[in-house]
Amino acid sequence: MQGSGEQFPPGDGAEELPESRAPHRVIGTPPPARARTLLEAPPQEDRKPERWLPAEPSDLGQAKRAERLVAALFILSMLASIGFIAAYVGLEVGSVGGTARSNLALGLSMSVAFGALAVGAVIWVRFLMPSVELTEERKPLASTRQQRAEFEETFTEGAEASGFAKRPLVRRTLIAATVPLAIAPLVLLRDLGPLPGTKLRHTVWRRGMRLLVYGPNTPLRPADFAIPGQMITVVPDGYQDNLDVLAKATTIILKFGPGQLKAPTMMNWTVDGIVAYSKICTHVGCPVALYEQTTHHILCPCHQSTFDAARGAQVIFGPAARPLPQLPLTTDAEGFLVAASDYHEPVGPSFWERG
Amino acid sequence: MHPLNPKPRQQVSGIKRWRRQRAARYAVLMLGLAAIAVVYAAVTGAGGAASAATPTGPSPADIAQGKAIFADTCSSCHGMNAQGTEAGPSLVGVGAAAVDFQMSTGRMPAKDLDAEMPRKPVTFTTEQIHQVAAYIASLGGGPAIPSAAMVSTAGADVALGQQLFITNCAQCHNFAGAGGALTYGKYAPPLTHSTPTQIYEAMLTGPEAMPVFSDTTVTPAQKRAIIAYVTKVRSEPNPGGFSLGRVGPVTEGLVAFLGGIAALVFAAIWITMKRREA
Amino acid sequence: MSKTTDALLEGTGRFLDDRLRAARPVRGFLRKVFPDHWSFLLGEIALYSFIILLLTGTFLTFFFQPSMTEVVYHGAYTPLRGVRMSEAYASTLNISFDVRGGLLMRQIHHWAALLFMAAIFIHLLRVFFTGAYRKPREFNWLIGIVLLTLGMLEGLFGYSLPDDLLSGTGLRITQGVLQSIPLVGTYGSFFLFGGQFPGHDIIPRLYIIHVLLIPGLLLALISAHLFFMFHQKHTQMPGKGRTNANVVGAPMYPYFMAKTGAFFFFIFAVLALLSTFAQINPIWLFGPYNPSGITAGSQPDFYMGALEGALRIMPAWEWNVFGHTFAFNVFIPALVPLGIIFTGAALWPFIERWAIGDYSEHHVNDRPRNAPTRTGIGMAAITFYGVLWLEGANDIIADQLQIPLYTLTWIARIAIFVGPVVAYWVTKRICLGLQRKDAHLLEHGVETGIIRQLPSGEYVELTKPVDEDMRAVLEWGRVGAPQITAPPAGADEVPAPGARGPLGRARTRLGQVITEGIPVEADGHGNGHGNGHGSPAAVTAGEQEGDRPAGPEQADPDGEDAAR
Repeated sequence: MQGSGEQFPPGDGAEELPESRAPHRVIGTPPPARARTLLEAPPQEDRKPERWLPAEPSDLGQAKRAERLVAALFILSMLASIGFIAAYVGLEVGSVGGTARSNLALGLSMSVAFGALAVGAVIWVRFLMPSVELTEERKPLASTRQQRAEFEETFTEGAEASGFAKRPLVRRTLIAATVPLAIAPLVLLRDLGPLPGTKLRHTVWRRGMRLLVYGPNTPLRPADFAIPGQMITVVPDGYQDNLDVLAKATTIILKFGPGQLKAPTMMNWTVDGIVAYSKICTHVGCPVALYEQTTHHILCPCHQSTFDAARGAQVIFGPAARPLPQLPLTTDAEGFLVAASDYHEPVGPSFWERG
Repeated sequence: MHPLNPKPRQQVSGIKRWRRQRAARYAVLMLGLAAIAVVYAAVTGAGGAASAATPTGPSPADIAQGKAIFADTCSSCHGMNAQGTEAGPSLVGVGAAAVDFQMSTGRMPAKDLDAEMPRKPVTFTTEQIHQVAAYIASLGGGPAIPSAAMVSTAGADVALGQQLFITNCAQCHNFAGAGGALTYGKYAPPLTHSTPTQIYEAMLTGPEAMPVFSDTTVTPAQKRAIIAYVTKVRSEPNPGGFSLGRVGPVTEGLVAFLGGIAALVFAAIWITMKRREA
Repeated sequence: MSKTTDALLEGTGRFLDDRLRAARPVRGFLRKVFPDHWSFLLGEIALYSFIILLLTGTFLTFFFQPSMTEVVYHGAYTPLRGVRMSEAYASTLNISFDVRGGLLMRQIHHWAALLFMAAIFIHLLRVFFTGAYRKPREFNWLIGIVLLTLGMLEGLFGYSLPDDLLSGTGLRITQGVLQSIPLVGTYGSFFLFGGQFPGHDIIPRLYIIHVLLIPGLLLALISAHLFFMFHQKHTQMPGKGRTNANVVGAPMYPYFMAKTGAFFFFIFAVLALLSTFAQINPIWLFGPYNPSGITAGSQPDFYMGALEGALRIMPAWEWNVFGHTFAFNVFIPALVPLGIIFTGAALWPFIERWAIGDYSEHHVNDRPRNAPTRTGIGMAAITFYGVLWLEGANDIIADQLQIPLYTLTWIARIAIFVGPVVAYWVTKRICLGLQRKDAHLLEHGVETGIIRQLPSGEYVELTKPVDEDMRAVLEWGRVGAPQITAPPAGADEVPAPGARGPLGRARTRLGQVITEGIPVEADGHGNGHGNGHGSPAAVTAGEQEGDRPAGPEQADPDGEDAAR
C-alpha cells in the first residue's frame, strides 16, 4: 500500500473494513435472461487472474461502426466550439438585430458542441464499452453492537473527563454565557431599517397639491377631463420622480356623467363627476388600473380584485377586503384639480396596526 | 405566299395587314383596359384617392351615401336614426373617429352579440367607411378622424411613449401589447394589427370597455409618442429566440417542462436503456 | 497504453498516495456499483443545472450592478433611450445588448433556474412514489425539501435583481404579504426594504443573498445530499437478483462517470438550445420598475405559481378588531397551502413508519401501484398544488381559452377541495386494479394468443408463465403488512402498547389503510390460501442482516398453466 514499506504499523484503515464490504468479484456480461448467481471463486489450480471487467464489447463489428460515429461526433463538436469562438469574435452586438444574430450563432454553436459531445459519449458507453452487470453487497447501515458499545464508552469517558456533567456551576454559566451571544447578531440587524411608526398611515397628498398627469407631468383642469369614461393616472406635484412616494400616492381619476356616481362615493370629494381613487390595491399593493368604462369596474390584474368605481370603489369580487380609498378633490385658484386633503385612511395593503 | 399554294394572294388592305401582326392583339387589349379605366374613374368620381385625412369636409353626397349604408347595415341594431336599441348603443355624438375605428377594424358590422366584438375582416371600403362616419358625425358631432400628420410617428418621443404606455395601457393590453383578460368574458385585444390611425382613434373614443383618453388629457403629441412606442416594440425582432407569445413566465414555464424536461427525460431513457444482447 | 502515459500515471498516483493513503478508498469508489434506471437521473438534472447556474451566474456578476441609483439610459436599446431607470436595470440591458454572449448567458442562467426547479419537483415525485424516502433516507428527504424551499427563494430573488416592471411587481406583492403578517409584518417589511417600499436597499440586499448566502447553503446541502446517497448507496428498482441486501448495476468507473458526464453535456446542450430559440425574461420589453405601472398577465416564475394562485383563489376575508387588522385574505394563502404540503411532505416518512410499524431499512423501491394509499395521497397533493398553480395563470387561461375570469376562480375554489379527494380515490382504485392485474399475471401467466381446442370442444387460450425478470418485479411485494394490529373485537387479548387508546386505534387504522392491497398468490395455483407472502417480518435496527426476501422461494410452475 504505502511506498515506504513497513515504516508504519499495519494501517488503521486497512483492517476495519470487513471482507463483505468489498464488492464481490463477479464475471461480467451475463445475458439478462439467464439466472444470475454469484460464481464461486475458481479452484486453486487455475491461477488465471479474473478480470473485473471484460476488455472488449461483445459485438466488435458494431463497435467499429460505433467508433467511427463517435469520432465524427467529437469532430463535429470541436468544429462547433471553434465556430462559437469565431462567432464571438466576428459578430457585433449593440443593436437588437445584432444581438439577435449573435445570440443565434453563439447559441447554436454551443448547442451543437455540447450535444455532439453528449451523443458521442453515450454511444461510446453503449457500444464501445462491454455491457456488465455487477453486484455489490450492502452491509446493514447500523453499526454492530460492539462498535456502538465502543462509541458509547468513548463518549461517556470523554464526558466524564470533561466534567461537564459533574460540575453544574460551570455548565450553567457556560450556557448562560452563550444566550446573549446568540442574541447579539440578531440585535445587530436592528438598523436594517427605520421603525414603521405611523408612516404607513399617510401619503404626501396635502391640501392644494396639484394632480399631475403622470408622464408629461402636467396639471389638469376639469374642463380638460370632461368626457364620461375618461381615466388617467395622476401623481402629486413635486413628487413625480420619487418612487417611494409614488408607491403610495399614485392615484387614478375617473370621469362620470351626471347621476352615475352613487353612494358610498363621497360626493363632496368629487369635482364635476371627476372622482379620484388610490391606484394602490388594498390587497397586496399592485397598481389597480384596469378600468372598464362600460361596467365602471376597476380590476386589479394581479389577483383580480374588482372594485365598483361608481359606488365608492367597493369590492365586488376577489381577495381585496377593503374598497380603494378615495382622495378628496377640489380646484385651486387657477382652476386646476388639486387634493383637498390627504386620503382619509391608509392606502394600500392591510397591516396589523391599521385597525 | 406559301410555296405549296399555287393561288396568288390578294392584295391585303393596310388595316387588315396591321391587324394580323402579333403586337396588334396586345395593343387592342391595352386600349380596351385603358378605356374601361377611364369610364370607371369617370363614373365613381373623385373618391379614389383614399387617405387617412378627411378632405376639406364631407360633401352632402357622402353623408347621404353614408346614411344609405347605415340604413342597410347598421340600423337593425343601432336604430333608424342611430338612437340605439337593446341590441346596440346610441351613436349620436360618438364621432367619425369611433365609426372609423369600429368599421376599419372589422368589428362592425357585428356578427354575434358577444361579450366583446372581435376584430374581423373588413367588409367595407375605406371610402364607404368615411361616408358612414360622416353621416354619424352629422347627427351629433364627436371626435373627427385623425389626419395623417396627427398619427405620424416621425420625431415622436419614444421614451415618453413608453412611460405613458406602461402607466395607462399595459395593465390591460400587456407590456408588449399582447392583450389580456377583463371581466365577464371581455378582453383587451392584442395590438399587433392596429394601424396608427386605429390606435389613435381607440384612445380618443374609448371603444367598448376601453376608457377614453381625450386629446385634452393625453395630447396629440403624447398620443403620437404612444403610437411610436407601440409600433416600434411590436415590430422589433426577438433577440433571444421565439417570443413565446410575449405573455411572460407562464409560457416560459410550460416550455421548461414540455421542452426542457421532456427532452432530458428522453435522453435519460436512452442513456440507461439496456442493450439487447444477441 | 504507451510507456510514457503509464509512467506518468504511476508517478502521479505515487505522489498522491504517498500523501493521502488514497489507493484503497479510491479503488472502492471506482468500483462502486450504481443501479441503472432512467428515473434515477432526474436528480442529476437538478445537480447539473445548479452547476451551470454557478458558471453562468459568475459571468453575470462581472457585469451586473446591484444598485438602485437612478440613471438615464443611453445604451444600445433605442426605445428606452432617455428613460430614467435604476443602475441594476441599466446594467441588465447592457448585458443583454452590449456584451457579446451576454444575452445568451442571461438566458441560459434563467432557463437553468427553471430546469433546476422543475427537476427538483419531478425528482421529489419520483422519490415519493417509489418510497425511496423511507429509512435510512429520511435525512435526504428532509434536505431535499429544504433545497426546494431555498431554490424557490433563490429564483425569486434572482429574477428580481434586474429591477424590471414584472419582477418589481412581484416584490411589491412580497412586501404586501409581509406587511400583512400580524404583529411583526410592518417591522419585517421596513427592515427588509430599509424603509418604505421600494426604497434603495432591496436590490443590493437581494443580490448578496442571491450570489453568496443561498448558493453557499445550497452547495453545503447538495454536498450533504450527495454524501448520504453515496454512503447509503442508491436504491434500486425491483428485479431479478436484486435484493434488499445488494446493489446491482454498473461500476462508477468507467460506466457511471461516462454516463453522468454525457448527461451533463446533454443538459448543457438542451439549455443552450432553449436559450437560442426560446426567449425568456425579455426585461427590455417590461421596462424599468415603477410602482405606478403594471402589466396584464403579471405572474411570477412557475415555481412560485402556486403561491400566486393561492392569493387569487382566496375570498376577501379580513377582521378588524380592537384597532388591529387580521388580513386573513393575505397571510392565509401565503402560509397555509404550501405550509400544508411542505409540512406534510416532511412528516410523511415518519407518519408512514409510525402507522405501519415498519422500522427496517428499505433499499429496493416500491412500484407505485403496490403502495396505493401513498400513491393516492401523492396524487391528491399534486392535484391540490396543481389547482393553485393553474389558478395562478387564470388571466392568461381566461384570455387564451376565452373562459370568463371569475368562472375560472370559482371552478378553482371548488376544485381545491373536491379535486384532491377525487384524485385520491381514483388513484387508489387504479392502483388496486393494477395490483389485481399483476396477481392475475402471476397466477395465470401471460397470454400467448394461441388458442387450442380441448377434446371437450372448449376453446382455451394458452398462457405461459411470466419470465423470471418480470416475476421478480411483480412479486416484489406491496408495502409491508401492518406490524401493529388491534385485536379483534371482543377478544380477551390486551392490545400492544402502541395500539392502545384513541391515538393507538387511529394508528392501527391508518396502518391498515396504508397497507391495503391485493394479495399476491404464493405459488401461483390460485389455491385460495391468499396468505400474502409478500410481507417481511419486522426487523429492528441493530440486529438485522438487511436481507428482506424478494418473495417466497418459488417453485417454478413449469408449464403447469400452459398445460391446462
